Amino acid sequence: MNKFSIFTKGLIKENPTFVLLLGMCPTLATTTSALNGMSMGLATLFVLVLSNMAISAVAPYVPDKVRIPAYIVVIATFVTVLEFMMKAFTPAVYDTLGLFIPLIVVNCIVLGRAEAFASKNPVLDSALDGLGIGLGFTLSLTVLGLVRELLGSLSAFGLKIIPGDGILAFVLAPGAFIILGYLMVVFNKIFKK
Amino acid sequence: MTICLLAVCFACSAVLATVYAVTLKPIQAAAAEKTVSAIRAVVPSFRGEPVKGSIRYDGKNIGYYALEVTDSTRAYAIESQVTSGFNGVLSIMVGITPEGTISGTSALVCSETPGLGAKCTEEAFYRQFVGFDPSRKVLKVRKDGGDVDAITAATITSRAYCDALTQAIDVFHIINRGGQDNE
Repeated sequence: MNKFSIFTKGLIKENPTFVLLLGMCPTLATTTSALNGMSMGLATLFVLVLSNMAISAVAPYVPDKVRIPAYIVVIATFVTVLEFMMKAFTPAVYDTLGLFIPLIVVNCIVLGRAEAFASKNPVLDSALDGLGIGLGFTLSLTVLGLVRELLGSLSAFGLKIIPGDGILAFVLAPGAFIILGYLMVVFNKIFKK
Repeated sequence: MTICLLAVCFACSAVLATVYAVTLKPIQAAAAEKTVSAIRAVVPSFRGEPVKGSIRYDGKNIGYYALEVTDSTRAYAIESQVTSGFNGVLSIMVGITPEGTISGTSALVCSETPGLGAKCTEEAFYRQFVGFDPSRKVLKVRKDGGDVDAITAATITSRAYCDALTQAIDVFHIINRGGQDNE
């Protein structure tokens, strides 16, 4: 597999949200607006790239039996680093995402990539894989957030487009499921042969 | 096996310790900044630095800031927290003038439903509390016979908001009484 296809497969063929259906908890919970979805996606992207690189670097030295605990410790470290940095430099974003940042540790996308890709591939490939999957996740969450924000509060990226109140249900959890379902249909219609 | 895990943990702790040391100051600065701007939002004019204090009320600790208005009078910004919100904790900074009138309110922690209860963070709702005099008006939603306009379809949040303000006013009176006892 060449470097470019390692990067692009995360965007479409193995898109974590619309194809693999991984990481549903942050997907449904944080996409109340396009900006929230995008911030969550970028936060996960950061952790994915760094943890993929670190894990691919240490993987040859870690015995099979303690593989999972070692990976979780590495992932948890990067998530905590991210949490500290967000608290220090972007407190407003941290306030909106709050609880979901520590939960990136148990996001199955991150551990999934560590197991399925980073532990068997060189550092550079793993970084590209993390970047691809992370961007795929970010784009999906942004689109999902944008559609929910448009229908739910008639605005996009925090800017009011049409005055008045939207359809509230789309901001709440049921709307997340409905929109996610429809977006999956559209996505698979376009890209799946 | 053990050595490997130990090494991983050790390396990770080292990374965390470094990042913690670097970000500690900015985190504290951001938190302090947030508190000061929350106080400014509810008590528009005061002199000098806010003086932090806390008081036991109804089995919990309520934090407050004493703010000097003139040499002998103090306004207070009280961090009033109630658990009767629709999604649990609702924490509100309540500004109270030396005369006991509410000078402003601002939600610090609000996990109410977006689009419904979360409207308590919007000016259209909290504007009504500026200049609210609890000795002349009743701090309850209209449905319960009070003078507060509730948020449409979010009566529980509105009630919790009123509870928090009532609590803040109680605390204000306790602080004032306590102050007189000491003299």
